[in-house]
Amino acid sequence: MKTANAIPIDELGETPWTLPYRGTVGMACLIVAEAAIFTIFVVAYVFYIGKSLSGPTPAQVLELPIFGTVCLLSSSITVHFAVSSLRKGNLRLCTANLAGTVLLGSIFLASTAREWYHLIHDEGLTIQTNLFGTTYYSLVGLHATHVVVGLIMLSLVLGFALAGRVNREHAEKLEVLSLYWHFVDAVWVVVFMVVYVLGR
Amino acid sequence: MSTTYGVEAIDETLAIHAGRPPLSVVYEWITTVDHKKIGLMYIGYALIFLLVAGVEALLMRIQLAVPNNHFVSPQVFNQLFTMHGTTMVFFVGMPILFGFGNYLVPLMIGARDMAFPRLNAFSFWISAFGGFLLYFSYVGASGLYAAGSAPDVGWFAYAPLTAKIFSPGHSTDYWTLAIFLSGIGSIGTALNFVATIVSMRCKGMKMSRMPLLVWLYLVTASLVFVAVSPLTAAQIMLTLDRYLGSHFFDTQAGGSAVLWMHFFWIFGHPEVYILVLPAFAFANEIIPVFSRKAIFGYPAMVAASVGIGFISLSVWAHHMFTVGLGATANTFFVFATMVISVPTGIKIFNWLATIWGGKIIFATPMMFSVAFLFQFLIAGLTGIMLSVAPFDWQLGNSYFVVAHFHYVLVGAILFMLFAAFYYWYPKITGRMMSETLGKWHFWLFLIGFHLTFDFMHVPGLLGMPRRIYTYEAGREWGGWNMIVSIGAAVQAIGLLLFVYNLVHSYFKGKVAGHDPWDAWTLEWSTPSPPPAYNFAVEPTVNSRRPLWDLKHPDDPDSDYE
Repeated sequence: MKTANAIPIDELGETPWTLPYRGTVGMACLIVAEAAIFTIFVVAYVFYIGKSLSGPTPAQVLELPIFGTVCLLSSSITVHFAVSSLRKGNLRLCTANLAGTVLLGSIFLASTAREWYHLIHDEGLTIQTNLFGTTYYSLVGLHATHVVVGLIMLSLVLGFALAGRVNREHAEKLEVLSLYWHFVDAVWVVVFMVVYVLGR
Repeated sequence: MSTTYGVEAIDETLAIHAGRPPLSVVYEWITTVDHKKIGLMYIGYALIFLLVAGVEALLMRIQLAVPNNHFVSPQVFNQLFTMHGTTMVFFVGMPILFGFGNYLVPLMIGARDMAFPRLNAFSFWISAFGGFLLYFSYVGASGLYAAGSAPDVGWFAYAPLTAKIFSPGHSTDYWTLAIFLSGIGSIGTALNFVATIVSMRCKGMKMSRMPLLVWLYLVTASLVFVAVSPLTAAQIMLTLDRYLGSHFFDTQAGGSAVLWMHFFWIFGHPEVYILVLPAFAFANEIIPVFSRKAIFGYPAMVAASVGIGFISLSVWAHHMFTVGLGATANTFFVFATMVISVPTGIKIFNWLATIWGGKIIFATPMMFSVAFLFQFLIAGLTGIMLSVAPFDWQLGNSYFVVAHFHYVLVGAILFMLFAAFYYWYPKITGRMMSETLGKWHFWLFLIGFHLTFDFMHVPGLLGMPRRIYTYEAGREWGGWNMIVSIGAAVQAIGLLLFVYNLVHSYFKGKVAGHDPWDAWTLEWSTPSPPPAYNFAVEPTVNSRRPLWDLKHPDDPDSDYE
C-alpha cells in the first residue's frame, strides 16, 4: 500500500488554464434562483386570473404603464454603456451613464408608486380586496423590491464613481451588477405581459 | 504529458495555534470564513439537531408502541411530528450535506477556498439562525394550545390549516420564518458551490476529470436554485396571507389549497434528490477506494446524475395522487416517476460493477456502503410501487409511505453519511475512528434499522394512517408497532456508540497520516487535518486519479485518457 504525502504538480507548469469569472457565475446562479421565485408568483397570478369573487377587475382599473416601462427598459441600455465605457477607461461617460440608469430606474419606481396610490386611494383596491389585488400587489411588489435593491447598489457605485474611486479594473464587477439590472428589466417584460396584456 | 513530482511545504502556521486562550479560539470560529471550519460548523450543528430530532422520533415511537397510550397528549404529538420532519429535512439533512461539501469540494478540486468565503459564512449563520428560531418557538410562540407552543401543522403544512383562523398565534410563523431563512442560506451555499466548481478548479482539473463527488454537488446545487426558491416564494405568500390578509391559499375568497400543495411539492420532491445525491456522491468516492478499482462507467454516472436532476423536477405531483388530479395528470406523473428509476438503476449497476472483481476491503465505510446499496434498492422498489397511482390511492398517507421514505432517508442517506464520517474523519481530525466501535455501531444500527423500517410497512398495509397519535387495540397494529419501537431503541444505542466513537477517537484514535486509505483524490495529498491554506502549491492534475498517478509513475491513468 502506497500513501501519498505530496501534492502533484506539473514540472513544466505552463499548461494554459483559464476559467470563467466567479462573479459572473455567481450572479448567473442568483438569477436562476430569482427566476424560479418569480415563476411561482407568475404562476399564481395566471392561475388566479378571472377567479376573483368580487371586483374591481383588472380591465376596470389597470392602465398600461407605458412611460415607466420605456424608462426602465432604456435604463438597460444606459447601464450597458456604463460598463462598456468603463472598460474603455472613459470614466466620465461611465459616471454619466450610471447617473442616467439611476434616474431612469427612479422614474420607473415613481410611476409604480403613482399607480399604486391611484389603485389604493381612488379605486379602493388593496391586497385584501380580492384575488386580483392579492396577486397583483405581490407580483408587482416583488419586482419593485428588486428594482429598489438594484437602485441601492447602482447608487453606491455612482457614489464611488463621483468620489473618483471607480476605475478600469472594476469593469468586470460592474458588469456583474449590470447582469442583475438586465435581469430585473427582463422580469418586467414578463410581468408587463402577464399583468397588463394577458391579465386584462 | 509531463511527469509529476511531490513537494512538501514548510508550514509555520501550526506554531501559532498552541496554547491560546479559549475565548480567542471561539472568536476565531465565529468569525471564520475558512471553508473547512464552516463545513465543520455545519456538520456539528446538524449533529446536534440530529440528536434533538432523534429524541422527538423516540418520543413518538414510545407513544405508538402500544394501543391507547397516553405517554404524550395529541397536541404534543402533532408538534413532535412537525418538528421532527422539519428539523430532519432543513436542519439536519441539508446542513450536514452542505457541511461535507464545504469541507471536501475545494480540497477535491485543488482550490484554496470556496469562491465566496464571506457569503459562505453568511449562509451558514443565517441557516443556523433559522434552526434556532424554529426551536425558540417552544418558549417564544403562542399557539393554539396556550402559551409556549411549537409549530403543529405538519412538515408540509397544508392549507388552509396554516391560515390565521385555524392556526392562531405565532407558532406557524416561526415555522415559516425558519424555513425562509434556511432557504436563503441554502441558495447562498448552492450558489457558492456552483461558482467554486466552475471557476476555482486547479490546473488540469477539467470537468471530465473532476471526482464524481464534485459532479454530484454541482447537480445538487443546481437543483437547490430551482427547488428551494419556489418554497421560499410560497413562504412569502403564506406570510402575506397571515399578516396582510391576502388570499393566496384562502379558500373562502376563491384561493386554492391545492396550489399550496403544488408549490410545496415542486420543492418537496426535488428536495429528496438534493438530499440523496450527496449520499450517492459519498458512495462514488468510497466504493472504488475499498474495492481497489477505479469507478466503473464515469461518463454514465455523470449522465445519470444530471438526468436524475432534470427528471426530478417533473415528478412532484406523485405526492398528490389522492387529491384527484384527473387521468391525464396522473398518467404523466406515474410515467415521470417510473422513468427516474432508469438513471437510478444505472447508478446501482455501476456501483455493483465497480465492486465486481475488486479486492474488497470491509472496513467500516465499505460496510455502510454495501448496506446502502441493498437498502436503497428496496427503497426504490417501494417507490415504484407507490408511483402507481391506484396503488397510491390505497396506501397514500399510510405508514407504508412513512416506511418508504424513511428507507430512503435513513437506509440510504444516513447510512452513506455514516460511511462518509468513518471515511473522512481521519482527514478532518488526523486520527482514525475505532474500527471495533465502528463495527458495533454498524451491526446495531443495521439491525435496529431493519426492525423499525421493514416492519413499519406492515401496519401501513393494514391501513394505519400516518400522524395519528394513538390507535385502538384489536386492529392488529399493536404488535407491529411494538417491533418498530424496539428497533428505534436499538438504533438509538447504535447512534450513541457513534457519537462516543467520534469523541473518543478524537483524543485516543490511531494517528492517520496523510492518506490512510490509499486513496486517489486530491484531499488525501494534504496533511491531516489540512492547513488553512489547503495546498502549499497549486496542484496540477493529469487524470481523474491524480494520486494514483503520483504513486504509480510507471503506469499513470493519464496514459489512458
